[in-house]
Amino acid sequence: MIRIQNLTKTYDRNTVVNDVSLTVDQGQIAALVGTSGSGKTTLLRMINRLVEPTSGQIHIGETDAATIPPHLLRRRIGYAIQGHGLFPHYTVGQNIAIVPQLLGWKPAEIAARVEELLHLFQLDPGQFRDRMPHQLSGGQQQRVGVARALAARPEVLLMDEPFGALDPVIRARAQADLREIQRRLGTTLVIVTHDMEEAVTLGDRIAVMDKGVLLQYGPPAEILTRPAAPFVEALIGKSERPFRLLSLTPIADIAEPGSAEGPALPPETSLRDALAECLWNGRDRLAVEGGGVVTLAALQARAEGAVR
Amino acid sequence: MIARLLLALAALFLVAFLLSPESFAALFQPLTKNGAPPIYTQTALLSLTLSHLGLVALAVLASTIVAVGLGVLVTRPAGAEFLPLARVITSVGQTFPPVAVLALAVPAMGFGAGPTLVALFLYGLLPIFENTLTALQNLPPSVTEAARGMGLTRRQRLFQVELPLALPVILAGVRLTAVISLATATIGSTVAARTLGEVIIAGLLSANTAFVVQGGLIVGLIAVLIYEGFQLAESAAARRTGQRLSD
Repeated sequence: MIRIQNLTKTYDRNTVVNDVSLTVDQGQIAALVGTSGSGKTTLLRMINRLVEPTSGQIHIGETDAATIPPHLLRRRIGYAIQGHGLFPHYTVGQNIAIVPQLLGWKPAEIAARVEELLHLFQLDPGQFRDRMPHQLSGGQQQRVGVARALAARPEVLLMDEPFGALDPVIRARAQADLREIQRRLGTTLVIVTHDMEEAVTLGDRIAVMDKGVLLQYGPPAEILTRPAAPFVEALIGKSERPFRLLSLTPIADIAEPGSAEGPALPPETSLRDALAECLWNGRDRLAVEGGGVVTLAALQARAEGAVR
Repeated sequence: MIARLLLALAALFLVAFLLSPESFAALFQPLTKNGAPPIYTQTALLSLTLSHLGLVALAVLASTIVAVGLGVLVTRPAGAEFLPLARVITSVGQTFPPVAVLALAVPAMGFGAGPTLVALFLYGLLPIFENTLTALQNLPPSVTEAARGMGLTRRQRLFQVELPLALPVILAGVRLTAVISLATATIGSTVAARTLGEVIIAGLLSANTAFVVQGGLIVGLIAVLIYEGFQLAESAAARRTGQRLSD
């Protein structure tokens, strides 16, 4: 759990983060969204004290972050950034082992952990452990960067635009993988992004920031249907609203008894993808794997954010 | 390929010439006049070369330690204010003529290797310092950020990340200093340091071109070999870090 209370950062007379309070519950993902200069990255970097707050408190679990020497605090918190930041002179295995080594784990323990993480991120240890970072593709580098951040089993993981440098296809895959791994490990995750799409896809809660102020903090559906400020509305994008709302729910949630022609969709397909399927193929009902149908009318009803 | 072959030949020639200078007498004979000796024999060329190299190695080592130390110091937050001072020291060291350093150092230190060491040391600071500075100031930001974010201490960041990544560029500075010092060391012979300058000066005093040429030839060949050696080390260091040297 992360509890941020009245956090402020000022440089000279310039307030970059202004009295922000928010709590991220254990095992949840909070997405910090905003334009550049909104203070979202500064807020993130204050959590592991890469930036020292001017005032306010941060608690990680029960610990007040200000009471621990910064380098010891950071070893307890995973950190992954855009452009991965892998040490170019270390092998993949050595990169993942950095924090466990700093914490004084036994070599056998470290080796086992490296192996485990490479498996988790679908990188064959025999093939990848001894490679240098520059011998990997962008997507693989990014996965090693996240694996490295998770190496010492941190309860909290901070990510600063971790997928920013990836092309869209790899990015979607990386987001899905991250979500799955995060759920499995129960890690509390704070991710900074400028991409509302990414925030909606990943976040259990979304924090919208502008000019250092936290405008709204809530579940994606709430942000989409009840934006607290014009800036939040603008960030969502009017033309995207219904589709983003649909993307939050799997078809299993609105399946009704019945049958339909055509290939069946997996139950975890999002409503958005189901709608696309309906529109593209001119259908008004789709079969769901394992029985049931989704109707175009039901999809349409779910997209009506304004009347909720 | 051809460059490698030439280098190997040069190395071979150098070793053969130093081990048995007399065998090459015929080669230098045309450069002498009035039956003067074609090969310098006052002191063995091999012994002069070794002492020349020893002097240069010592001076370069000292320059490297001090210049890298300064470069590290002024790139720390606490030492940043010393940057202008360090620049002045190293620039003056480079611009002050080594001959003048010799002239000033001899009264204080007496004749011998001492004044030459001081002159070479001062002369060699600048390239290593500037390269160390450039390298440490231009580390990939995402790597240094990640190192901080993972909880490496300042010292750990310096020795595990910054210096290893800066190594290729620092080595390039050491290479320049080594080559410059190798040539400059010859003037040490004017104040009785045992260097290959002795052969050249003897040649100048007795108007024996053969001596001048063989002294210069040995220094030149060694300079080329050292230059190439350092370049190999640099690209090895760069390859280890996944970087490619541009040249």
